[in-house]
Amino acid sequence: MTQDELIWRIAGGSGDGIDSTSQNFTKALMRYGLHVYTHRHYPSRIRGGHTYVEVRASEEPVTSRGDGFNVLLALGDSFARNPSAGAVYGDEKTKPLFENLDELNEGGLIIYDTGVLEDEDVGDLETQATENDWHLYPIDLRAIAREHGRDVMRNTAGVGATAALLDMPLDPIQELMSEAMGGDILDANLAVLSDAYEHTNAEFEATHDLRIPKHDHDEEQVLLSASHGISYGAIDEGCRFVSGYPMTPWTDVFTILKREIEDLGGVAEQVEDEIAASMMAIGASHAGAKALTGSSGGGFSLMSESIGLAEMTETPLVMVEAQRAGPSTGMPTKTEQSDLEFVLSTSQGDSSRVVFAPGNVKESYEQTRLAFELAYEYQLPAIVLYDDMLTGEFRNLPRSFFDREPNPDLGSIATEAELADLPHDVGGRYERFRTDGDTDVNPRSLPGMRNGRFLATGNEHWPDGQIAEDTANRIKQMNRRVSKVEVVRDALAEQASPDTVVGDEDADFALLTWGSQKGVVEEAVRRLTEAGHSIKALSVSQMAPLRTEEIADFLAGVEEALVVEMNATGQFKGLLQKEFGDYGDVLSSLLKYNGDPFEPAEIIEAVEIKQSGEGGDTSSETTLYPPAGDRS
Amino acid sequence: MNQFDAIDSGEEVTSDDYTPEIEPQPTWCPGCGDYSVLKALKGAMSDLGRDPEEVLLVTGIGCSGKLNSYFDSYGFHAIHGRTLPLGRAAKMVNEDLEVVAAGGDGDGYGIGGNHFTHTARENHDMTYIVFNNEVFGLTKGQSSPTSPKGHTSKTQLKGVAKDPVRPMSLALSAGASFIARTAATNPKQAQEILVEAIEHDGFAHVDFLTQCPTWNKDGAQYVPYIDVQESDEYDFDVTDRREAAEMMHETEQALYDGKVLTGRYYVEEDRRTYQEEKQARDEMPESPVVGQYFDDEKEWERSYERLDRHT
Ligand SMILES: Cc1ncc(C[n+]2csc(CCOP(=O)(O)OP(=O)(O)O)c2C)c(N)n1
Ligand code: SF4
Repeated sequence: MTQDELIWRIAGGSGDGIDSTSQNFTKALMRYGLHVYTHRHYPSRIRGGHTYVEVRASEEPVTSRGDGFNVLLALGDSFARNPSAGAVYGDEKTKPLFENLDELNEGGLIIYDTGVLEDEDVGDLETQATENDWHLYPIDLRAIAREHGRDVMRNTAGVGATAALLDMPLDPIQELMSEAMGGDILDANLAVLSDAYEHTNAEFEATHDLRIPKHDHDEEQVLLSASHGISYGAIDEGCRFVSGYPMTPWTDVFTILKREIEDLGGVAEQVEDEIAASMMAIGASHAGAKALTGSSGGGFSLMSESIGLAEMTETPLVMVEAQRAGPSTGMPTKTEQSDLEFVLSTSQGDSSRVVFAPGNVKESYEQTRLAFELAYEYQLPAIVLYDDMLTGEFRNLPRSFFDREPNPDLGSIATEAELADLPHDVGGRYERFRTDGDTDVNPRSLPGMRNGRFLATGNEHWPDGQIAEDTANRIKQMNRRVSKVEVVRDALAEQASPDTVVGDEDADFALLTWGSQKGVVEEAVRRLTEAGHSIKALSVSQMAPLRTEEIADFLAGVEEALVVEMNATGQFKGLLQKEFGDYGDVLSSLLKYNGDPFEPAEIIEAVEIKQSGEGGDTSSETTLYPPAGDRS
Repeated sequence: MNQFDAIDSGEEVTSDDYTPEIEPQPTWCPGCGDYSVLKALKGAMSDLGRDPEEVLLVTGIGCSGKLNSYFDSYGFHAIHGRTLPLGRAAKMVNEDLEVVAAGGDGDGYGIGGNHFTHTARENHDMTYIVFNNEVFGLTKGQSSPTSPKGHTSKTQLKGVAKDPVRPMSLALSAGASFIARTAATNPKQAQEILVEAIEHDGFAHVDFLTQCPTWNKDGAQYVPYIDVQESDEYDFDVTDRREAAEMMHETEQALYDGKVLTGRYYVEEDRRTYQEEKQARDEMPESPVVGQYFDDEKEWERSYERLDRHT
């Protein structure tokens, strides 16, 4: 782009249609041939309250939200209930404009709606603009919307004005509108769009540098979030049962699956609570369907006991945990990576499970598929752990990425004919939990099958499932269950590692991260490398079993490693230290827990402080722990 | 190829088919009412000709939860209070299974109370047997949701200050479509009622009075029962919700006055099951979900075709 790239932020009140408008605009940019990435920020309110979505678009693939932004479309908050400046919550009406200015880059554009924000609301904006080299475009978006339709179409008008100022043709936007709506609504929106476009062109001489280039994708793209990745991964694995209870941000996956799964001959259930949701997934899986359930922190807590039950009964169970800022109800719409320790060990006893933390949309699809395969092959819980940021982050992917075979295979399951040949107790019960077989995983039978009856129980049990407290049997059963994780570890070792390394292999300064922060860390490394630093990074997404050898290889020869994660206590760093028992001097933390994900500049800043050898702290909303310079 | 041959096998079945070849040492006390539930359930299954391999018995935790150990079908001995969601999901993915859930009064009316309300309301096609001994058995005699007001135990030293739960009234207001009470002291009626409950299309709730000689020696469960259907004194229409409610209320009160009334209290035949409701809304396939995995003809759709709305 003439000036690097576009990072467009649309800001308004919740309920002003920010989400749908930004999604359409993003799709238009994608169809226009650019790589796109969205970042969503919204308050825990239904109507009103400042909300924004950022869209980053570039000729190059984009892996993070970027630093700041360069176009602000401030719609004002039409739901503002208390516009007086002294009110407890501040001046709601002007928030979408003024709350965003901190992060607006130099040379940026501001389009604001003079229909909602009048002169006296705007105050000294002009002075600020001059100081920061911002370019102001005050337009009465509301009037344009009113003339052809209704007030809410202010956002369409804003998109029209944006297109005009960036020299972007309207056809991809018009095309998308015609696909999404029809009739009078479509006509009105189209009229608003072109009117705003023409009005802006007529009214203003563009004084800024930013223009949109025309670019082409080699093949057709789709725009998806990690919630879509997880949902389509589940569907492609033959998941035909989902049970859940709404909780932000897990609800994203739940609603996508609700919309899809019934068309495919499956069942989707909103139930009375998360305990029921997890127990239903176990029931459906036990009876022979591939099932999924999930929640976010609080709801997942309620599922603890069920996870243990699935482990003990060796019932395949795939779960999604969408993290948000905790503890307790925390900040429902804000992101954090603070459930790692919890998810690794939820439930009592020596319990084990597989945990993936995908770092982007692509991985969310692949790792959900893998979670199903492992859960059904090895009869244990597999959890996909992601966070609010990834639920709302849309990215483009080639459509062909999804062109792969579906997998309805139920994993280690016996047919009736096979069951007839498998060991039974004297009474004819199938010895589903045999400990003297060749493998640690005995095939399952399903209720209704001949020769397959057995008892599944959360108590310790004999091979046929009967409850047992016999000590020798206990040890054998325990060993068998625990060793399944080792079997999984070996099976995963055969697969290409999902954990990725970038940067200079020989660097003695390293970054480590996990899950959603992968993209931003990788961008920071790219930029630091360009600036002449020697640095490398490892992004881990296979959290359990952890690929310890790979991590050890990565850390060999590293003098300092900064573990980047969105929580206050350095949970991933703690996990590494627990696994390795050392690296106490090597590892330190870069933490962020204000509810927003990292920006690349924040990581760059921390690395520079660390490498300068002078100590000091970060200027931004992140924390270095221990502070740089504190260690001998 | 059908992978579920046990279903509707048409073979002759007896109670013995449900008896494990090596019977585990019973953990139930001598004289416990739970033995009667086991016997009645085995008898009911043989009356109905259900093959043990087409039956899924889901139990909770408690003395009652041990039922699975002595009943040789497919079984799931789950966790405290959570039988119903597990059982109803199994039924939703394979309608052809005979799903029976069973647990204690602490299990079902206490910790699992929320599931009880919602499973009844949804009218899942399954049977739920609650062993009502008015105490927590397994954890040694603490008061349960059905213990009479004033009942003392080691954790209720001055006597329970709460009114007891009225299980049948609760089931009725929640929406169960078959509600009955029977008693361990009445094996013949118990078996008949279980047969009807299992045959019923919809959520069948059976409050099964069981004596706990170890912790609840004073329980009214020992008193000879009166069958409300056999006695001329009690004339009411089991299909009439209002009359049923009145009778339930009277019965639940009478129990605490030492009078045991048993029988069918409410039977609603024409109500759709939850499966039927969902099928009518195209929210559930007509044939069992699990069958799809064994259907060689089925085309498994890739997400590829579903991505168009994202391009
Ligand atoms: C979550 C949980 N809480 C508590 C217990 C301990 N517990 C086991 S059985 C039981 C009570 C059982 O009482 P009831 O359901 O009336 O069955 P009974 O033993 O009388 O048949 C309790 C509290 C448990 N196993 N799980
Ligand atoms: S404690 Fe009571 S309920 Fe439990 S087995 Fe003994 S008699 Fe039966």
